Amino acid sequence: MLKFFAMRVLTTVPVLVLVTFVAFGLVLLIPGDPAVTIAGPDATVQQVAAVRERLGLDRPVVVQYWDWVTGALSGDLGTSLFTSRAVSTSIADGLPVTIALAGTALVISLLIAVPTAILSALRRGTWLDRFATVGSSLGIALPSFWLGLVFVLIFSLGLGWLPATGYVAIEEDPAAWLAHILLPALTLGIAGAAESTRQLRGSIIGVLQQDYIRTARSKGLRSRMVIGKHVMKNASVPLVTVLGLQITGLLGGAVLVEQIFGVPGLGQIAINAVTTRDIPVIQGIVLVAVLVAVVCNLLVDLAYGYLNPKVRPR
Amino acid sequence: MTPSERPSPTAPADPTTTQPTTEPTTTEPKPDLAVAPAAPGASALPAGTVPAEATAAVVHGGGAWADFRRRVGRNRGAMIALGVLALLAVVAAIGPFITPADPNAQNLRGVLLDPFTAGHVLGTDQLGRDILSRLIVGTRVSLLAICLALAVAMVIGVPLGFLTGYIGGRFDAVVMRLTDAAMSFPPLLLAIALVAVLGPSLRNAMFAVGILMAPRFLRLVRGVVLGLKEETFVEASRSIGTPTGMIILRHILPNTLSPLTVAVAVTAGYAMLSEAGLSFLGLGVQPPDASWGSMIREGFLYYGRSPWLGIFPGVLIALTVFTFVTLGDGLRDALGREERTES
Repeated sequence: MLKFFAMRVLTTVPVLVLVTFVAFGLVLLIPGDPAVTIAGPDATVQQVAAVRERLGLDRPVVVQYWDWVTGALSGDLGTSLFTSRAVSTSIADGLPVTIALAGTALVISLLIAVPTAILSALRRGTWLDRFATVGSSLGIALPSFWLGLVFVLIFSLGLGWLPATGYVAIEEDPAAWLAHILLPALTLGIAGAAESTRQLRGSIIGVLQQDYIRTARSKGLRSRMVIGKHVMKNASVPLVTVLGLQITGLLGGAVLVEQIFGVPGLGQIAINAVTTRDIPVIQGIVLVAVLVAVVCNLLVDLAYGYLNPKVRPR
Repeated sequence: MTPSERPSPTAPADPTTTQPTTEPTTTEPKPDLAVAPAAPGASALPAGTVPAEATAAVVHGGGAWADFRRRVGRNRGAMIALGVLALLAVVAAIGPFITPADPNAQNLRGVLLDPFTAGHVLGTDQLGRDILSRLIVGTRVSLLAICLALAVAMVIGVPLGFLTGYIGGRFDAVVMRLTDAAMSFPPLLLAIALVAVLGPSLRNAMFAVGILMAPRFLRLVRGVVLGLKEETFVEASRSIGTPTGMIILRHILPNTLSPLTVAVAVTAGYAMLSEAGLSFLGLGVQPPDASWGSMIREGFLYYGRSPWLGIFPGVLIALTVFTFVTLGDGLRDALGREERTES
């Protein structure tokens, strides 16, 4: 058990190193002279030189990378080229918002997916199952930003139940927080719910076909007993995998949803940085988002190893 | 979705009576297939199956790919989905010739008209351009974007998957760590970052999406190759001295085709959603060109006044992705049965 944990934690190290390469390497991908591109077409020679010096572009790439990584390790991700704010401060503002949004979306998607998948797998082939299957395919197919638009039209502009844009921190006013986050989280959660429903339904059906379920049934166990004790216990292991898959998807999807609902999370900051080519901010956000995703997936995998002895090495 | 819930006609019950006339389910999608050059495998099936050939395939002479094509031909959902895609492909091909109006002609006297106004069936946008015409022209942009992303993903993923699966060892370990890292990026975020440094354009956006999807293909092909490497027929071929290139070409490549087809269908749906998302953020298609995603962006800016502007392209995206998902499910069903009978 301990060996599995140690192994799994160790395998994330090369992944993290590679991630820093990619996040740092974004600067190198800029076509032409990065300093000229970042400074913009109207920049003077002095301005270009200033950008070059601020980004340290005049030093060897290896030195630049080393400085950036050691800085990142101590929490310094550089300063924004446009607002002159520390990148880490902007991220510290946006990250809790995005995590709250993604977390709520995850809860919503599970609240939809788990009961739907169980019912549809147990009543396989009925109208309910068909409805759930088509519904989940549709849920995947609907673009989240479009769904958000429709929700705003119906619930905010039409019925006036919920605010269309904005965000209130949970510690300021929990009720207002809920009102503001409900539509964005629902928008983000539906695609996740669709995906999870499909995966879970499949895994429950898989478990139902196992020999031990037939044995349990044939020895006269009551159906509720079989479902509750044998099927659900075994089908819950894939649920953990689904969770891991969802986290990266939700973090990425949040960018779009934040844009529609005006939620001031990482996605908003990222989009603003993209339109101004604020490279340090983009690098910082990519790094932090991937870090969150990697840590979440590590936790998921550890939980998976704990639940399922089969994946642990001897 | 599941094969077992459908009644008998689709089940490969009687291999000797494979004449097309005995299969009522395949009669309906056939007209679609006539215009679907993109699906040569499927169309070759119900129409021109020579009885001897079909029996041979059932006895297992036609190979995995032929079996797969035969089963797809019997899957009603997959065939309807192929028909819809063929229709979209036709619209994309002849789009500019069938638009009721010039998609870029502005008319500032008739902006944001409601649907069903005279001359504009779906209304006009903020510059008075005909929405139906823009949707038709956007079909080509959206479908080309998918093809571009898929091409990039497969050019990177498929050969690397073959290599890493076949060579194995340290090379495999390194490549796998690389894909681990690539897959831990929130996909949309990395695409946004890439487009930010490369500059916004549809080509850059789809290039980024393609790179993000490459690991899926890589892992898939690697998995199939790893499984096949140990198969008796591959080992037998190797033991009689067949060169490696020949083994890959003759034995391994044909067996990866059917799982790859499934992956292409599923990935195409995701590629379309990614393109729409990036174009919605203004990082994909640049004006005055339109893709369905960029049209939602325009609709978003005017949703208080003219909600239809954004709703129509969204419906089209949803329908297309739904078609891809259905196709993927149908293809996977065909695949699943094949694996079941072989094991």
